[in-house]
Amino acid sequence: MGLALLLVVWLITFVSTYFFIAHPSWMWLPPVATTYGPQIDSQFTYTYIAMGIVFVAAQVALGLFAWKYRDRGHAAAYYSHGNIRLEAVWTILTAILFVGLNLMGQHIWAQARFQGPSPGSEQVEITGMQFQWYFRYPGSDGKYGRTLAKLEDPSTGNALGIDPDDPAAKDDIVSSTLVLPVNRELDVTLKALDVIHDFFVPEFRFKQDAVPGLLIHMHFTPNRIGDYEIDCAELCGSGHYKMRAGVKVVSEADYQAFLKAPQQWLTEHPWNGPMSRGLMQESEAKPPAPALQLAMRHHQSQAENH
Amino acid sequence: MGNVQNTPHRADVGVVDSSVQHAAHAHAAPTGFIRKYIFSLDHKVIGLQYYFLALASVFTGLILSVLMRIHLVWPEWAIPGIGIIKDEQYLGLLTLHGTFMVFFVLTTAPQSGFGNYFLPIQIGAADMAFPVLNMLSFWTTFAAFIVMLGAFFTVMPIAGWTSYPTLSALPNAGSLPWGQDLWLLSIALFCAASLMGALNFITTTLDLRCKGMSLWRMPLTCWTWFVTAILGLLAFGVLLSGGLLLLLDRNAGTSFFVPGGLVVNGVQQRHEGGSPLLWQHLFWFFGHPEVYIAILPGMGVASQLLSTFSRKPIFGYRAMVFAVMAIGLLGFMVWGHHMFMSGMSPYTAFAFSLMTMAIGVPSAIKTFNWLGTMWRGKIRFYTPMLFAIGFVSLFVSGGLSGPFLAQPTLDIPLHDTFFVVAHFHLIMGVAAIFGIFAATYYWFPKMFGRMMSESLGRLHFWFTFVGTYAIFMPMHYEGMAGRPRRYGSMVVAGGLFNRLAALMPLEKFISIAAFVTAAAQLIFVINLFWSMKKGEKAPVNPWEATTLEWTIPSPPPHDNFAGNTPVVNHGPYEYSVPGVERDYVMQTDPASVHAH
Amino acid sequence: MGTLRQSVGGSGRGDNFREGGGGGERYRPGRYEPAGYYERLRRYRLAVAVLLLSVIMIFVALTSAYIVRAGMGTYDTVTHSYVYDWKPVQLPNELLLLNTLVLVLSSGTLEMARRNLNARAVTAGLTGLPGVAVEPERSAPWLGITLVLGMAFLAGQFLAWRELRSQGMFLATNPSSSFFYVLTGAHAAHLIGGLVALFYAAFATVFGKSLATRRIVVDAAGWYWHFMGALWIYIFALLHFGK
Ligand SMILES: [Cu+2]
Ligand SMILES: [Cu+2]
Repeated sequence: MGLALLLVVWLITFVSTYFFIAHPSWMWLPPVATTYGPQIDSQFTYTYIAMGIVFVAAQVALGLFAWKYRDRGHAAAYYSHGNIRLEAVWTILTAILFVGLNLMGQHIWAQARFQGPSPGSEQVEITGMQFQWYFRYPGSDGKYGRTLAKLEDPSTGNALGIDPDDPAAKDDIVSSTLVLPVNRELDVTLKALDVIHDFFVPEFRFKQDAVPGLLIHMHFTPNRIGDYEIDCAELCGSGHYKMRAGVKVVSEADYQAFLKAPQQWLTEHPWNGPMSRGLMQESEAKPPAPALQLAMRHHQSQAENH
Repeated sequence: MGNVQNTPHRADVGVVDSSVQHAAHAHAAPTGFIRKYIFSLDHKVIGLQYYFLALASVFTGLILSVLMRIHLVWPEWAIPGIGIIKDEQYLGLLTLHGTFMVFFVLTTAPQSGFGNYFLPIQIGAADMAFPVLNMLSFWTTFAAFIVMLGAFFTVMPIAGWTSYPTLSALPNAGSLPWGQDLWLLSIALFCAASLMGALNFITTTLDLRCKGMSLWRMPLTCWTWFVTAILGLLAFGVLLSGGLLLLLDRNAGTSFFVPGGLVVNGVQQRHEGGSPLLWQHLFWFFGHPEVYIAILPGMGVASQLLSTFSRKPIFGYRAMVFAVMAIGLLGFMVWGHHMFMSGMSPYTAFAFSLMTMAIGVPSAIKTFNWLGTMWRGKIRFYTPMLFAIGFVSLFVSGGLSGPFLAQPTLDIPLHDTFFVVAHFHLIMGVAAIFGIFAATYYWFPKMFGRMMSESLGRLHFWFTFVGTYAIFMPMHYEGMAGRPRRYGSMVVAGGLFNRLAALMPLEKFISIAAFVTAAAQLIFVINLFWSMKKGEKAPVNPWEATTLEWTIPSPPPHDNFAGNTPVVNHGPYEYSVPGVERDYVMQTDPASVHAH
Repeated sequence: MGTLRQSVGGSGRGDNFREGGGGGERYRPGRYEPAGYYERLRRYRLAVAVLLLSVIMIFVALTSAYIVRAGMGTYDTVTHSYVYDWKPVQLPNELLLLNTLVLVLSSGTLEMARRNLNARAVTAGLTGLPGVAVEPERSAPWLGITLVLGMAFLAGQFLAWRELRSQGMFLATNPSSSFFYVLTGAHAAHLIGGLVALFYAAFATVFGKSLATRRIVVDAAGWYWHFMGALWIYIFALLHFGK
């Protein structure tokens, strides 16, 4: 039985470790597409190496001891109540390991969350509602128009409740696909209209809850052109898994073209799924439904309503 | 089972304290069926009631998880009697799976079940300090269970076992009436019951120990039940308060957790001025200690078993006790690690993260000491020992993903993904379940007077151990690839969003592993019920263990020690003492057997 | 802990009296304290202390929620800014002060009952000695007065709620009114538990309980009751100053 335990525990350990080391790309963190992403990945790697060593050492010892110290009819077990010195050494070592890992990673967090966006960064407002994401650009005036809860109504095309009487709202752009310029820092404002949602783009190494009653400011800089998928990562109701949207990181020229004529630009450059990761299965690679790609100049739709 | 010790139990009880014999008269066993088995005041019957309640819950939770695994990979399957599982139903299944498992299994079986049965015996008491309260506590838990079943059969709540508002507070956001309300009511009842239980456990441990049973001679199981009770006492009141406020938000129009200006499904909400984060703080102030409420008793059982079956004293008894205390204490200072992505102030993340990493230290001490206990031992591989070793392995595997999630930096990609699901299932789910299995195989002879089948037990162990790893190891990879939790479907119909489609082969593998592992649990059930009736008769001390429960008949008489209080002369884990003929010294053996 | 147990003496250990569990405990006149009295007293005191710890946690949770909410701005969608919209409740201070007085008084009367029971226990063993008069039974009336005062407090709280309602302050009116009702309501619910215990103590003779049992019940319920008084003063102060 000791030998069986040794074999099974070791086998489990080595198979798991093998997959952690020789992972196929689809079983790992997707390729990074933001500037601060590599730092997160290297912190991940350090933690993973440290924990991997402890994991292998502990499991190997467990299997080994089970086999080596099995009851073979030998005289007696070793009578010992422990060893204070060993205990102390082990405690200090683990304390250094865990606290050290923790301190190593803190500056990345500080950089991502303590500092505000640099001046002149591009503003985008991300709003979650059951079960759809809306992205708003302030337009040339750099100001978001006022929103009113009583005007929120997706059926009229004004899901965000933008007040048409506010002059700042005239040039606001609302889109259901997020288009971002490459290598520009983004000043992101996160909002939720009904329940908690979470804006998660794995390639960006970015995740943040959007919370009703809170305005959350975040910043990051995408640095790789491509199409990615936004997943809602906080349970928000029956359609939670459907609450996905596309994000396109595009060149500066494309971005300007998008801002000029969002609807037209998106029709010409539809979001195409996470091609960058080679995950697309050919049979399912259909062009996106136009309805989901709907983008509009806000004041236009308002004008129709009036 | 060759070398079984058959000493008549009286000889092991030690010196009889004659002055307390009158107490025995207070303990005439009840005779009627109802007083004996239903509204029993006997801690052993209550312990078994809790155990079987947990057994019913664990199979409910298991079936729910099988249905979830079916929906994830073969959504088109029509289940007989249920039909095709819908996406909303998937959320209902996961909510109730989590709730049944966390509350009615992981909190109920290790603490209320085994703790009730064996804490009084292991400290040499005739019963818990307050038997009526004990009975009340069980029946309140039972009422909570019935109410939760009510939620199951009316409208399944879909807000997850964490029930975050505003989803859980606003009925038209999806937390429909009755389901969510019954869920909250059930949790409130459960909290009340757990508080009663905790009160009883603490008083019993402090006040009812027999002569010679100093705190430092208590078996580690008693220590973990004691510390778990303290955690429960401090944590459940907070959840109770939070649950009360959420019930008021739903039904009385208050706005503790709901801010103003919300529009749900086109309907403006009348609430104003609440904070959804407030619930998260209250919930996780309970929720993190709850993790330890689930796992600490398992640690106690693993310690007890590793020592017994390695025929060695536990390595570093005091370090183990201090580690349990440290885990308990730190457990109250780390709740914010569940909220790194919640919009909470990012500055507090520093403190929460540091505290959380610090918990790794006592956890590492425990692992080290378990290995140290096996080191140079003389290991006997009975089924309970297999599960204890399995516990250590799973504790290591599940524990080591903790330091990833404890760092806010790494929580950015990993939070709310399957990495988290893998982590907590290994550490608080399956490791704790292994503790329950180990305890069952270990104490079954004492509880039912018969041995369980060793061959069925081994079969059960191998299937469960390998199956568990097959299910939960791949979930780490899925989480790293960015597979979010609580997604009823990997692809969105229409084929637009299919980033996660690449993970389907892995999902299928997990589902198949889950079906096999779930089916293997039938081996356990068969063994359990078959052995109750047909198992080999158990002697007083089949494992040649040292603690007090192994000095009395199997099953124990109504008041445990038949009116005689034991006197304890030795520590709980005196195995292979040099110069002593047997390789173990019972706690009640005369002091002259082995001077310290 | 170990040393504490040593000092208590061996006779009571493992002595599991069960309240009402078949007549194990009988008061025997002629002995100052019946067997196991101190063990039982200690056990019930310990239980009350542990119970109060859990009660404290319930109110710690409510307090922190209260403080967080009172100091929190909420995001206003019209002005796009955080507004501090906490409008404190106008407490009916005179009435609440009167209630406080009633509750404090009830703690005093309960203490009188406890002392009477103790004196009776001491003198009960001395019957027949010349010049020693047995302490007359006064605990029941004292307990009765305590009960009446306790109920008067609850009635007073009810009046306070009615006064707030007449001002248009209902449970759901605004955050501070919600907290007012929740805090006072949770306190009242816990107080009712104390009333039940006192009721049991007051009528324990009717239920045929011994003097020793009554002493233990009054002692344990007393600790709980005094704590309820302190808790009320704390809540009152929180509502008054914490706004
Ligand atoms: Cu969602
Ligand atoms: Cu936690």
